[in-house]
Amino acid sequence: MSTSLIYFWACAATAVLGGLSVVVAKNPIRGAMGLLMLIVSVAGLFLPLHAQFLAAIQLIVYAGAIVVLFLFVIMLLGPSASTPVDRRGTFVRAASGGLFALAGGAFWVILARAVGTGGPAAPDPSFGGIDAVGSVLFTDALVPFELSSGLLMVAVVGAVAVARGRQGKRSMSESELEVARTSVPLPDPADKGTGVFSHEIDDRDAGGHAR
Amino acid sequence: MIPLEYYVALSALLFVIGGVGFLVRRNALVALMSIEVMLNAANLALVAFNRWRFEHVDARAYAGQDHTGQVFAFFVIAAEAAEVAVGLAIVLSLYRLRRTVRTDEADLLKN
Repeated sequence: MSTSLIYFWACAATAVLGGLSVVVAKNPIRGAMGLLMLIVSVAGLFLPLHAQFLAAIQLIVYAGAIVVLFLFVIMLLGPSASTPVDRRGTFVRAASGGLFALAGGAFWVILARAVGTGGPAAPDPSFGGIDAVGSVLFTDALVPFELSSGLLMVAVVGAVAVARGRQGKRSMSESELEVARTSVPLPDPADKGTGVFSHEIDDRDAGGHAR
Repeated sequence: MIPLEYYVALSALLFVIGGVGFLVRRNALVALMSIEVMLNAANLALVAFNRWRFEHVDARAYAGQDHTGQVFAFFVIAAEAAEVAVGLAIVLSLYRLRRTVRTDEADLLKN
């Protein structure tokens, strides 16, 4: 067994374990950690495929932003983030079992086909690097690239609008209305004041000139 | 060299794990995470096919510099970041409304 094959199987095993723990974990925090495991091992799988740039993006965007966002929301919700045991009907269980059987069959058929097939030769060393992918992004894929920036902007604005709820337009409660209605009393001209506040001093000066 | 089929098989397995999680779990957060698993599987397949495609199909066009699959995976990551932001905002507002994150209690549009 060659080194690259051992590396592949190690990454594949951690990826499947991570994916399973996302689905199985009762505590969503553990699910998020499983997702992190999956993401890191998929980034590891990108490396032998000569996708160094995508591996870095995967770590930065998924592990750095998306998983952290999940953790923020889980911690914001507190204990209510984890729901009691999910019980589904027999149909969904049968469908799940059928899906797994289908995938298992496909897995073995594909692996049996794979025996003896060789991969392509090593590509240009710059293949998959940031300059190669970047030049594609700014030439062939320029329009979708710019559109995706618009998508992200709309998503951020929409997320803020949805998550804030109605707080922006919230009407004032009764006590706040009472406070708002009660106007601050104007200083009494006859009151000489305590000499502490500036408007008292101004009033006294003005009064002195008039006299 | 690892055969392409290994990557495709792993990708299929991960996709099924994510799909079953999305079907079986009622926690909205776990459902969102299962979508992440499925999209990661799709990305893995895209990148693997890209690695083979440049050798077998399109060597003449780009002289070994065809990054279509990788660029596609890049856009999948961007779209997914947007999806997670909006999805988590919806989960938060559902929690504010119903004090729950169970998807089967999100029946505001029913009847």
